[in-house]
Amino acid sequence: MLAVDRISKSFRGLKAVSQASFDVPSGAIVALIGPNGAGKTTCFNMIAGVFRPDSGSIMFENRDTQGCRPDQVCIAGIGRTFQIVKPFAGLSVLDNVIVGALLKERSVSSARVFSLSILKKLNLGAKAHLLASSLTLPDRKRLEVARALATRPRLLLLDEVMAGLRPTECDLMVEVFRDLNRSDGLTILLIEHVMRAVMALAQKVVVLHHGEVIASGTPSEVVHDPAVLECYLGEETVV
Amino acid sequence: MTTQAKGLLAVLGVFLLALPQIVNPYILSLATLILYLAYTGQAWNVMMGFAGQLSLGHSLYVGVGAYASAALFVHYGIGPWLGLWISILLCMALGAAIGFLAFRFGISGVYFALLTIAFCEFTRIGFDHLQWTGGSGGLFLKVAQRDQIDLASFRGPPAMYYYAMLVLTVSALIFCSFLLKSKAGYYWQAIRENEEAAQALGINTFRWKLLAVVISSAMTAVSGVFFAFYYNNLFPEQIFNISRSIEIILGPIIGGIGTLFGPILGAAALTIAAESITEILGALGWEIPGIKQVFYGIVMLLVIMFLPNGIWPPLARKLGLGK
Repeated sequence: MLAVDRISKSFRGLKAVSQASFDVPSGAIVALIGPNGAGKTTCFNMIAGVFRPDSGSIMFENRDTQGCRPDQVCIAGIGRTFQIVKPFAGLSVLDNVIVGALLKERSVSSARVFSLSILKKLNLGAKAHLLASSLTLPDRKRLEVARALATRPRLLLLDEVMAGLRPTECDLMVEVFRDLNRSDGLTILLIEHVMRAVMALAQKVVVLHHGEVIASGTPSEVVHDPAVLECYLGEETVV
Repeated sequence: MTTQAKGLLAVLGVFLLALPQIVNPYILSLATLILYLAYTGQAWNVMMGFAGQLSLGHSLYVGVGAYASAALFVHYGIGPWLGLWISILLCMALGAAIGFLAFRFGISGVYFALLTIAFCEFTRIGFDHLQWTGGSGGLFLKVAQRDQIDLASFRGPPAMYYYAMLVLTVSALIFCSFLLKSKAGYYWQAIRENEEAAQALGINTFRWKLLAVVISSAMTAVSGVFFAFYYNNLFPEQIFNISRSIEIILGPIIGGIGTLFGPILGAAALTIAAESITEILGALGWEIPGIKQVFYGIVMLLVIMFLPNGIWPPLARKLGLGK
């Protein structure tokens, strides 16, 4: 579904991503992991149209999305969350989601109904009428997910949405994504440090280090890869 | 809406309709001014309050709207009802051009505000030298017999202008509340709150920002046409003056940016307070030139310090009303 082919991006001579390639098959959940500064978010931003890669290509559903603006990428069917959350602080939680839902919904009232169902799914139903600025960080992360889901994406990019969640909350989120993946056929590409979530969700893991893909495979393959253990996970892994 | 709110609205409506019959000409002219500022503030609010794009040069649209309709009337005898549409189209084109330039090159925030001032100033200087509209000497409309209502050329007694402004203000209020509840309203507010996040949700921010500017400039053009036919004389130094632009935005800022009633409440509160101060000082025998401006400054400071969201939001909560 998404084919990233040898993309590179430098910022003033600093190579953030170099020659990174990976695929996200339709219907899969793929995790992108790696130490801080490995280039994960830069990869996301290139896929989402925020940055244009210096070289390489990104194909989504056999369509070249290079040079597309973020809004065009979203319309093409890729939804995203931001690692540093960007809620519409002055609007209610529900209105935040309605903005996303209006991409595909014809009227504001149908967007409202759809948005409420998404909020319920993410356990934010009770907080629908609060101002987004009054939410705690874990709730804001959930709101990011709700807003992205409201655009009815076929591929969802999740940037560290588990960070700051308690283990039980994390398991709940994992359940939500698993359910979306199974019942709606949503394809997910996630950046995550919480290995508990990665191991539970991902069918495939791609490891980035210094902007390069150093390993990829099933979760159990990756966590036993000596190179990954050395640079990222350490000797005692969570598994 | 609660019954309390409905009652308040009904009382206010009757009061506003009966006003010309119960007050003297001075108060009526003040009421017309309040409505004029409320309407123009509402138009500005579409751009800044809804879409978050700060214009500090809104007198550009007032001026161009006024000059276009007045010049057409004076030179070709084209009445205000046709002139109105030409003014609106002209201001929409101007707004679109400025918006296109700014948003195409990613100019936002303070720099966008500076750009709006710049365009307003260019235009002022341009009109100073435009002989067709009388240059800096001004353009004058013949002051006709004021007792009879001549709706076709928008001539009549002060009460007619008052009612015209009342209709405009109420229409703008209804139109803006419709806008705010529409897809455009949601998209504008999203852009205002966080443009990057809005874009990530599939919103073509360029197009929607441009729409806000075009709607706002079209509404402001109507203020200009009213201005021309109400005051009958136009001077570039006056109508395009930056202090005029500031005057337009004081109402919504003090009343509450982004709210529907803020611009109306702000315009009323500010004008009434400023006039009372001048009156009281006059009665005491003190003539202090520029006291109004000093007063505006003080009110601005107080509102920013104690009511940063304007006076309408806390008042609305107290009255049990919505936005």
